[in-house]
Amino acid sequence: MKYAYYPGCSLHSTAREYDSSLLPVCRMLGMELDELRHWVCCGSSAIYAAPWRLSLAIAFKNMAQVEKQGMSEMMIPCPACLSKFKRARYETTRQPEWRQKLETIVGHKFKRDIVVRHPLEVMSGEGMLAEVRRLVKVKLSGLKLVCYYGCLLTRPPEVTGAEDAEYPQSMDRLMRSLDATVMEWGNRTDCCGASFALTRTDIVRKLSHDILEGARQVGAQAIVVACPLCQLNLDARQTEVEKEYGASYNIPIFYFTELMGIALGIPGRNLLLERHFVDGVPALKGVGIL
Amino acid sequence: MEITIPATVVSEFSDQLERATGININVCFQCRKCTSGCPLAYAMDFTPPQLLHAARLGLRDAVLGSKTIWLCASCETCVTRCPQDVDIVKVMDSLKSLAIRTGIEPAVPEVAYFYRSSIRSILAFGRVYELGLIGQLKLGTRKFRKDLGLGLKMLRKRKLPLLPDLSAIGRNWGLLSKVQKWERR
Repeated sequence: MKYAYYPGCSLHSTAREYDSSLLPVCRMLGMELDELRHWVCCGSSAIYAAPWRLSLAIAFKNMAQVEKQGMSEMMIPCPACLSKFKRARYETTRQPEWRQKLETIVGHKFKRDIVVRHPLEVMSGEGMLAEVRRLVKVKLSGLKLVCYYGCLLTRPPEVTGAEDAEYPQSMDRLMRSLDATVMEWGNRTDCCGASFALTRTDIVRKLSHDILEGARQVGAQAIVVACPLCQLNLDARQTEVEKEYGASYNIPIFYFTELMGIALGIPGRNLLLERHFVDGVPALKGVGIL
Repeated sequence: MEITIPATVVSEFSDQLERATGININVCFQCRKCTSGCPLAYAMDFTPPQLLHAARLGLRDAVLGSKTIWLCASCETCVTRCPQDVDIVKVMDSLKSLAIRTGIEPAVPEVAYFYRSSIRSILAFGRVYELGLIGQLKLGTRKFRKDLGLGLKMLRKRKLPLLPDLSAIGRNWGLLSKVQKWERR
């Protein structure tokens, strides 16, 4: 299956290791990602300073480009970007006159519906899980993980289409298919503070502390994430959190695609693991992986 | 702050919000499920239902001058749990943009400044230029030493590109004015 790949700004900058693990893993699973040409930023949290309908127009602009490149399905790994596209689809389905208006604004009349997906939605399907299990070269046996979904991957469910927004399972299922030990915990859908990282860092430290503490309490050796902002807040700010709260965590924060890459036999150096702030290698070596 | 409560319960302000967002905040019956689950409630001056109630009473300045609108992280927990289907996040987002347009002094200025400079950058370049944005934020907040060490580490890990990505430059030009025209109608 061919997808128009929308990396968003993060996967080209702060989350390069998400990009460099996602692409080879998708290739191995038969998902062809073709990066959308001239894609524009979804508006991120900046959109709050503009009329909120602007984010719908930006999503339409990108979706028009998808159709112009002859594709009909988008793959969007960043949940913040993803939610903007899903929101645009949701609003224009409920109000068809908005769809027409937006088509005029971006100067493109859609012939088809552009489908928007997160890699987890595709990879955690039954058939794909079986395929993953078949392809695993290095089992993640003995590695104790918690899966952290954050906010926008699942909420609000009427927009995201999540089957259980309060208790999502897609990442848990995927990590179990790599034979990792996935722990139960209470913070899977908490908020990390997102873009307050640069402005109200105190908020990010508090919220990230709660999440790290939750992971520590159940004995997790690593946290698995699907969002560039969650990863950055929990990873790059971890030392600050430890200092402020007098705690010691040293918990690596992996993208689910990195652990898949390792399990599928992609060499660690190709996954750019060294870009993490909290070194993930000792946790993996400790259980005989790598 | 001295607050005079107008006699009408359904206010012009809540009507204005409904026109902009399609959301009728008057259906909120103050169950406060949103507040129980709100990760930012601890830092807010009004809890979300208090803010909705103030908007309903037409207390425009109190609402637009509140910390709450800037401290909402848009995590969507409240929207997911609201038994009355009030899209509180959409209300918060509209209030932020309204506060900026009205020129009311933002109660959490650094957050407002960050959003304003980011949107300018996105509309100009088509994509986020992280270093440029951080520079602007420093100039605006005068906190030059904040996150300096972290920033340097990120540069070393090549997580912050030195130059802006110009492959989508100009693609967003004119988009904002078209949307504004649409919203005014």
